[in-house]
Amino acid sequence: MKRRNFLVAAGAAFVAGCNRIAETGPGRSLLGAAESWHEGAHRFLIDRHSLVKEYPSSSISPFFRGNGSTNPQNGDYQAQASAGFADWRLNVAGLVRTPMQLSLDDIRTLPQRTQITRHDCVEGWSAIGEWTGPQLSTLLDAAGLRPEARYIVFRCADNLNGQDYYESIDLIDAFHPQTIVAHRLNGEPLPVRNGAPLRMRIEKQLGYKHAKYLTAIEAVATLDDIGAGKGGYWEDRSGYQWYAGI
Amino acid sequence: MKRHALSTRVWHWINLVFLVILFMSGLTISNAHRRLYWGEWGFAAEQAWLIVPRFPDWMTIPGYYSLAVARDWHILASWPFALALLFMWVAMLANRHFQRDLVTTRKEWRPRNVWADIVAHAKFDFDHDGAKYNFLQKLSYGLVLGVFLPMMVLTGMALAPGLGPIIGWFIDLVGGRQSARSLHFIFSFATFGFFVAHVLLVLITGPVRQIRDMITGGRVETA
Repeated sequence: MKRRNFLVAAGAAFVAGCNRIAETGPGRSLLGAAESWHEGAHRFLIDRHSLVKEYPSSSISPFFRGNGSTNPQNGDYQAQASAGFADWRLNVAGLVRTPMQLSLDDIRTLPQRTQITRHDCVEGWSAIGEWTGPQLSTLLDAAGLRPEARYIVFRCADNLNGQDYYESIDLIDAFHPQTIVAHRLNGEPLPVRNGAPLRMRIEKQLGYKHAKYLTAIEAVATLDDIGAGKGGYWEDRSGYQWYAGI
Repeated sequence: MKRHALSTRVWHWINLVFLVILFMSGLTISNAHRRLYWGEWGFAAEQAWLIVPRFPDWMTIPGYYSLAVARDWHILASWPFALALLFMWVAMLANRHFQRDLVTTRKEWRPRNVWADIVAHAKFDFDHDGAKYNFLQKLSYGLVLGVFLPMMVLTGMALAPGLGPIIGWFIDLVGGRQSARSLHFIFSFATFGFFVAHVLLVLITGPVRQIRDMITGGRVETA
């Protein structure tokens, strides 16, 4: 019993020490910096066009788990869902030469990419699915990015715990060949659980970056004035890493 | 001659600090999804081979449940941990610590010799007949430095989706990303098992001298 108490005390002291370090200015910036060291190493080691693994159709998970928002109740989402998303529009806006507003039919007539990839949640689980949709680069090239554009922000229809979901990525991931605006999962229109009618696939990052219920794609120069300024819903709310390639 | 080289001592303590941070923050990450799977995918209880118990907060960093903060610590500590391991390997090959003290001979693997070593350990008889380490010590240090710790790095890298294009060969080798995650967990507890045995043996064999020597380097007794 005494030994256990000693272990608990030693553990608690160590944790307290770590937390003290995390609260100091240098500690906090060190913890934040580690994320960008990984990002830098990934960018250095990996060609920006090299692909993640694509699987044979025999590897597809029989069910694709939904997480976070799985059935948005806010706004007119439920009415849009009942109408088969006939009036859904995707805006391509921000620092672009030609802002666009696309219907689902417009999106379906663009050149499509189909990929069977693995989805990794930050919590630890994985699922494999077949996604179909145009590459994000097709939309961005059509709209024409202005030179000041540094990030792509994804606006979403779902409101989670009182905040509108959004996410953002840099231009390297935005122009990655496997970054697509998916409207089909396993050959069927996207289920509501997985982000109907449109969601992002950003295959080199964790699941929370793959914005669902997508309403707008916005090119911006800085993330500072969006949400709480950290680049995404979970980044703002819980301090999740903005670069989720780790 | 020193009992422990400077490079060994520096690595030993750096490794201890960051291994503890990685282990304790890893327990928080485990609490985020307490199931382990084999293969590429898995997300539900029916696919799991193990339901991991929830680790109490006092065992974890940051001491309360925060996946984001635990990941910050894990992501930070992985750098010094992995680079120090690389440094230790270069150093112990260069100063021949590995070849001299850790490499086993075929003779040592004979069942009779292994058994004799186990019996000697059970009797707390740690006389090595001149060699620095006996067989079980060589085996356990070799396993930790050569298998457990490198596997922590590799299986950890396999979990990073950003490394997908270059770590795919290893993911395929172990049978999938969820297998890599399971192995990450298994090797972390294998390393923890070594840690417990290591600390117990230090306590039995004169902790003051052992710890002092791992700081100052100590002296080789039979010159």
